Amino acid sequence: MKPAHPARRTVCAALGIACAAALPLAAAGRVLAAAQVPQSGADPLDSSRWDDMRRAFFADAAVAFDTNVIVTAPFTAEDPLNVPVAIDAAALGDVREVLVFADFNPIVKVLRVEPLAAPAAFGLRLKLQQSSPVRAAARTADGVWHVGGAWVRTHGGGCTAPSLGSGSAEWQQRLNEVGARLWPGVGHGDRLRLRIVHPMDTGLAPGVPAFHIETLEITDGKGQLLVRAEAFEPIAENPVFSFDLPAGIGASGPLHIRGRDNNGNRIDTRVEP
Amino acid sequence: MIRPADTPMFAERTHMFRWLSLALLLKLVLLVIALIALRAQAAGFDYALSPQRIADGVYVLIGKKEDFSTGNGGDIANTGFIIGTDGVIVIDTGPSRRYGEQLRAAIARVTPLPVVLTINTHHHPDHFLGNQAFPSDTLAALPDTISGIETEGSAFNDNLYRLVGDWMRDTEVTVPRRRLLEGRQTIAGRDIELLALGGHTAADLVVIDHTSGTVFASDLVFNDRARTTPHADIPRWLDALARLERLNAQQWVPGHGAVHHDTAPIRQTRAYLGWLSRTLRSAAENGLDMAEAMSLPIAAEFRTLALAEHEFRRSVAHLFPAAERTALGSR
Repeated sequence: MKPAHPARRTVCAALGIACAAALPLAAAGRVLAAAQVPQSGADPLDSSRWDDMRRAFFADAAVAFDTNVIVTAPFTAEDPLNVPVAIDAAALGDVREVLVFADFNPIVKVLRVEPLAAPAAFGLRLKLQQSSPVRAAARTADGVWHVGGAWVRTHGGGCTAPSLGSGSAEWQQRLNEVGARLWPGVGHGDRLRLRIVHPMDTGLAPGVPAFHIETLEITDGKGQLLVRAEAFEPIAENPVFSFDLPAGIGASGPLHIRGRDNNGNRIDTRVEP
Repeated sequence: MIRPADTPMFAERTHMFRWLSLALLLKLVLLVIALIALRAQAAGFDYALSPQRIADGVYVLIGKKEDFSTGNGGDIANTGFIIGTDGVIVIDTGPSRRYGEQLRAAIARVTPLPVVLTINTHHHPDHFLGNQAFPSDTLAALPDTISGIETEGSAFNDNLYRLVGDWMRDTEVTVPRRRLLEGRQTIAGRDIELLALGGHTAADLVVIDHTSGTVFASDLVFNDRARTTPHADIPRWLDALARLERLNAQQWVPGHGAVHHDTAPIRQTRAYLGWLSRTLRSAAENGLDMAEAMSLPIAAEFRTLALAEHEFRRSVAHLFPAAERTALGSR
């Protein structure tokens, strides 16, 4: 998501806050750990896990640390069960997939997004077990992985705690219920935000098996697939996602969100523009 | 060519120097160790508590306008005590056993009277983890504060060990057993009124000393410090502030920040909370992602508050999810 996108300007204007275009980025640099990394071979986040990450996810492919992949996350996570991360790799142009991972999480992989007919800009919430870099790797058409990231400090425990939902009966009635809304003119076009009722259990809490959303697909009113996402265990309970979509996407009719969890339960909802 | 080091005498001297310097080094190391030990002892996890008399028989200990750190030992909230004719009323006990013990010693330096009532204004760790130092039958709080300490106390305690380190040594959660109710009564020979309010947490107790016109406003009121919101219910908090503002007080002791003689800290708290909830609501209503909401700028009038940016980002974590559910039409 663009640091100084129209939404922020709108909000700032609405609040009557003097909001210079440079402010959000400046603020991000100071108060949030945003990716400001040089293009080089050395890990700008200086993580002892980087070599393992590189081997595991990219094998022999070309990898570059790239400031065009902006990862916005809090420097300190107030709630390790619900850490907000925004990723914007739209500046790279033709992005085929974006992989989000956290070096020091017990389950490293968080989310894989294919922005098939959408800008490579989205937001998510994850659970962190301990302080860790949170990274986004965007693969462009030439096969190069462009990596951005930010350290997030936390007191941890986010992955081994059972979901709140697993302890209550309510989610069973509301499983996979979606609250969603499309905002025209926000982010790199129109922005879809959605919240899905799901416990997203990691399988690491004793006696609570892994139970999580696996796939999400967003299609437009004409049936064109815009975004495909693959979610993994560290995605937060009752997850909220933001997806930037092409401007005017609602013109062809309601968007269709479909998906399923690892128990085969379906997600299926339409979002009126 | 004569190489001095080859001459026996010089070699011996070099040898001697080496031993000398080794001994010196050893001494130096010992000295450094001793100094470090001395410094630790001198520091001695001493909160340097110095009760400040703000009215006849009314004392406060003003905490630092900082976040928890190993440097401040968690001394970030205000505590106080009121001396009556036959005993002392303590208002909040600080973040650790050491703080509680040092507070009790500080009280004893001012008066020989016994502590008869030890109040926890609410269940946040900087206000009750000194309870161990006070007689257990004097510990008292509102019922919802008691249950908050029972359910969340040990997690708070663990977290403070992580945040402030050895200042916390031997601190354990001590749950108050006396349940307080709203009302006016004579305590320790003083005309005291308790208000059972809430909004900062589920239960926030305000203590009014009518004799001196002093209001201990708990964390419902912060003075020149960004408000904390992990358990906040902002509409309820604003209602509580409205009630406080109607009180006819000589002076206000906020939960954090300096004592004040008018209602400016109440007005500042109300303005801050209003700005905070409006900002988060419109961020959610305008389709911002939570990570983007965290990088919104602080309004100019609050930018100078202690911990403004830090607490704003924490507040986004606490309050944005609800605003977002409303915006998304998700229950």
